[in-house]
Amino acid sequence: MTLAASGISRELMKGNEAICVGAIAAGCRFYYGYPITPQNDIPEYMAAHLPPIGGMFLQAESEVATINFLLGASASGKRVMTSSSGPGISLMQEGLSYMAGMELPAVIVNISRSGPGLGGIAPSQGDYFQAVKGGGHGGYRMPVLAPHSVQEMYSLTMRAFDLSDKYRNPAMILGDAVIGQMKEPFVPTPYLPTVSAEKPWALTGCAGRERRIVKSLYLKDDEIEVHNWKLHRKYTTMQKEEVLYESYCMDGARVVIVAFGTAARVSKTAIQVARREGIPVGMLRPVTLFPFPSREVNEAAGVADAILVIEMNTGQMLEDVRMSTRHHDKIRFLGKPCAIPTPEEILQEIRRLAGEIGAGR
Amino acid sequence: MKDKRRETFPRAVFSRPRSLLDVRSHYCPGCHHGIAHRILAETIDRFDVRGKTVGVAPVGCAVLMYDYIDVDFAEAPHGRAPAVATGVKRAHPDRFVFTYQGDGDLAAIGTSEIIHAANRGENITVLFINNTTYGMTGGQMAPTTMLGQKTATSPYGREFRNDGYPIKVAELLATIEGTAYSARVATSTPAQIRKAKEAVRKAFDMQIREVGFSLVEFLSTCPTNWGMKPLDAQKRVLGEISGYFPLGVYKERKQADFV
Repeated sequence: MTLAASGISRELMKGNEAICVGAIAAGCRFYYGYPITPQNDIPEYMAAHLPPIGGMFLQAESEVATINFLLGASASGKRVMTSSSGPGISLMQEGLSYMAGMELPAVIVNISRSGPGLGGIAPSQGDYFQAVKGGGHGGYRMPVLAPHSVQEMYSLTMRAFDLSDKYRNPAMILGDAVIGQMKEPFVPTPYLPTVSAEKPWALTGCAGRERRIVKSLYLKDDEIEVHNWKLHRKYTTMQKEEVLYESYCMDGARVVIVAFGTAARVSKTAIQVARREGIPVGMLRPVTLFPFPSREVNEAAGVADAILVIEMNTGQMLEDVRMSTRHHDKIRFLGKPCAIPTPEEILQEIRRLAGEIGAGR
Repeated sequence: MKDKRRETFPRAVFSRPRSLLDVRSHYCPGCHHGIAHRILAETIDRFDVRGKTVGVAPVGCAVLMYDYIDVDFAEAPHGRAPAVATGVKRAHPDRFVFTYQGDGDLAAIGTSEIIHAANRGENITVLFINNTTYGMTGGQMAPTTMLGQKTATSPYGREFRNDGYPIKVAELLATIEGTAYSARVATSTPAQIRKAKEAVRKAFDMQIREVGFSLVEFLSTCPTNWGMKPLDAQKRVLGEISGYFPLGVYKERKQADFV
């Protein structure tokens, strides 16, 4: 069926706005946030669009309050979202840890900027560690989805809601200023739920049922150890069942780029040029950063002659790539902290590597 | 009349509130959390809101209050109970939502959350337990610790040049437009307990009539960390503490603004 015949028209929007459209399509009617560049399009869109459809937009006094608004709304059984950028996401880590411990779903969007500290507002992928390793205290994980197009900003947001409900766990969209601010057409495909809307644990008042308690404090004997292993089993299941990745031009690839988000987007341009030059280069793009496509990276590293990790930081996902395979001698790194790598820079590196391994022309 | 009364005898004149569970509490002898809990439970019963209530527990001795008060409960990170309660109330505006917070929780780490919840006129009820110290962590100095009071972290006594003055929460929140009700009570005599119940009843009533944010500050005791016998702790509240923190109603709106 063609797009026109399906009755779905393409939209031209910023990535940040596409996140909002995806969230609303997925049934999110509660959004809480606090202003920070470069994600302000999200609260502004939600402030305009949620109240007319009976939703709730509230600007908090801080990101600390924001994440606790989310905690309360989620404990009440509602689909709820917030967005922020590096410094604000740092302030939310306390609440994120509590929500992981209390097993509360929510979607957190990080349109990341450069750091550390106040850093800058340029796009960056410097928040990778914080996002995928459990940024708050106590040891937890959450699904982290890394869109590389406006289309994915839309569709992965819907996916994030389902994942967070499925596992009763916060889920994160990790974007950056480029993906958030750029406009391109996308197809707002209908939301098809993959999880039940029932939340038999939600706090609604105990009339007609046993009362419920949503908590993360476990003081008795080995309760907290049991709870930790229970949470760990969820993360293990995610690693088995929720890995998403894209194979791009991988046919016969002897140089394999591993990159996500904006870095992957730019890499595609460089790969196209290199392929026209006859260089066998492809890309394995992690779409989920947690769970990380370790098996796929290992397989690629076994076959290819070189693995080129490209990130807009000084090497964070690089550690997960190294953890995925024993072929450390094949791994190279191109890092551009706080800046977008140009297709030319990537192409130059591809050509150099092709020469090193004797591939191509 | 007299005969009729004799006919119905014996009748119950005192019983456990439905919302208070019949279990042993972990609170120390002489601690007033038990009195505040009972007042809370009685008021939940009085308004018949047990089935539509969501409580938000603090971090501190009272985090385990969900073991005693028989309603739906959420925990909150230290000081964040008003923000969690905001999330709950905005999700379910027709439910009754309260927080119960100590002085470290509300008046130190949670000052931002309590002030902005009050300023939004968030339609929630807050029971604030001021015992001038951090109870659970072992009696450290709180923002409400009296000048000269020796605590684990003010071993030479609180001194205003170093630590500032004890903060008066009921007065502070009364200055905020969104606050509908702010009062300070104590529970050291039967008469005070009656007044405390009246204040909690009014605070509940404010939420049920959607007038806005309501808070009742309780002057409480911590005999364990004060190093006092329970009766001496009572006397300290009646004398020194209520001398600095005067009891009374600091704000009482008749109706919500802008309706």
